[in-house]
Amino acid sequence: MEAIQVEKLTKKYNELIAVDAVSFTIEKGEIFGLLGPNGAGKTTIISMLSTLLKPTSGTASVNQFSILENQDAVRKSIGIVFQDQSLDEELTAYENMDFHGRLYRIPKDNRHNKIIELLKLVGLTERKDGFVKTFSGGMRRRLEMARGLLHEPKVMFLDEPTLGLDPQTRNHLWQYIEKLNKEKEITIILTTHYMDEADRLCSKVAIIDKGKIIAMDTPEKLKEEIGADVVTIASSDIDELQSKLELLSWVKRIEKHDGLITINLQNAEKRIAEIVHLSANHGIAINSISIHKPTLEDVFLNFTGRTIREEEADHKDRMRMIRRARRR
Amino acid sequence: MDIIYTIWLRNIKRYLRSKSRMIGSLGMPVFFLLVLGFGLNSVVRIPRMEQGYTGFIIPGIVSMSVLFTSVFSGIQIIWDKQFGFLKETLVAPVSRIEIMIGQTVGGATAALIQGFIIIIVSLLMGLHIPSIHGFFIAVLFMILIGLSFTALGIAIASRMEDMHGFQLIMNFVIFPIFGLSGALFPIDSLPSWLKFLPRLDPLTYGVEGIRYGLLGTSQMAPLISFSVLVGFMVLMVTVGAFLFRKISI
Repeated sequence: MEAIQVEKLTKKYNELIAVDAVSFTIEKGEIFGLLGPNGAGKTTIISMLSTLLKPTSGTASVNQFSILENQDAVRKSIGIVFQDQSLDEELTAYENMDFHGRLYRIPKDNRHNKIIELLKLVGLTERKDGFVKTFSGGMRRRLEMARGLLHEPKVMFLDEPTLGLDPQTRNHLWQYIEKLNKEKEITIILTTHYMDEADRLCSKVAIIDKGKIIAMDTPEKLKEEIGADVVTIASSDIDELQSKLELLSWVKRIEKHDGLITINLQNAEKRIAEIVHLSANHGIAINSISIHKPTLEDVFLNFTGRTIREEEADHKDRMRMIRRARRR
Repeated sequence: MDIIYTIWLRNIKRYLRSKSRMIGSLGMPVFFLLVLGFGLNSVVRIPRMEQGYTGFIIPGIVSMSVLFTSVFSGIQIIWDKQFGFLKETLVAPVSRIEIMIGQTVGGATAALIQGFIIIIVSLLMGLHIPSIHGFFIAVLFMILIGLSFTALGIAIASRMEDMHGFQLIMNFVIFPIFGLSGALFPIDSLPSWLKFLPRLDPLTYGVEGIRYGLLGTSQMAPLISFSVLVGFMVLMVTVGAFLFRKISI
């Protein structure tokens, strides 16, 4: 059974198309990742699915309820952790949970027990009466997750759940997310621009760029498509090197970016000597050379011809446009 | 009802916890009360006013306190917008009307408490309330002022992106409303070509109503004050609810 079904969902801000006819299906019990650089439209998709934003066209259903016609049912079915914090800092952890419980009309006798149980799940039992303003970033995120679970949602939205957290906290949070998915059988849809996060957590990934889904599959399959190995070369004359390497039959794909050349190929260990030899023959200096197994980062590069870091640079301009368009 | 209570409860908790806000917003009214009340008492004579100028401005200062607290409470939802908490309420399966009314009642409650504090200070300064009956009339008007202007604050906040415009609103909306209201002077003492101005100011009716309750005399018939203020309150809540419904984040 599908937890979420999205059909040609589109959001336009005047001329700017933030989300461009996106369609996908998420099965129950999946951890689905929306992967892409900042400003790709991930948060806009989440906002539309959670009924905070009206789509320009297209439709979607969450837990079988239409986001256009049955907003209240959708809202009851989902829990959400926003990209930006949404806690009341002047209240305690318990009070934030209690406020949420009352808003979702959870009966009083049930409410208290559930809050205690969930605070335990995210390891905040000792701090339950602490004011949120004294909490660290990781604690706040965990509290928001616990809060989102209080009304027993069928689907959980996590918008950049580990943004700005240190590696150790991220690791912890990942464990919590996996635990939730398994123990509570909750379908999770998360957005991220961390490739390793998507790789580690998600059973299925949709790669988004400029409002469009450019690839969608399991992380394993996406990486397989790229080829067995990835070789990255730094050279002072990459144009010349690229033109020479392109002629080789075993080079499956070659990309230039950030002053580097990335090659997808089989049996990189054997071919690397050939590459070095070839460049020496043509008098092209190689500064460094490395081999690695493909990551989702390479998948993104493969589909867009850019790395996610290059994308981020454009992002500021794009955000400025969106803001300007909204103001009108 | 549950939802309105929930939002109200949060507002009250926040209000009672921010001691600095509570004390800070008492500063100006108490200052006005002491300086103008004692300073001008011997100089200014108001006809048919047994309690002197001090007595005359007490209802004015009570309204001032309620006015400022309620507008500020309403505008506070900008903080919720900026700090993200508003999203948490907007994504819940509750109607925006309920949220808006909860905020309005919460702000009005905080404003009422501020007003009570001024009344207590006034009692220490020698205010005599003619009857318990009159006290409740004053409370009724304080509630009406509180509801109206919290709703106005919410309406303004719904259209504002951040706190930058706050000074503008204070200087060009709230101070004129206070200044023209007859809180500090008898409205009939204005030259005839200016007399219409206080009558356009909704707070005038609030001040006059509270004055009737606390002192037993007023220049405007209490029933007129009551009707106009109820009308204004309904208008503000409607406008506030309408604009709040259109907030997008």
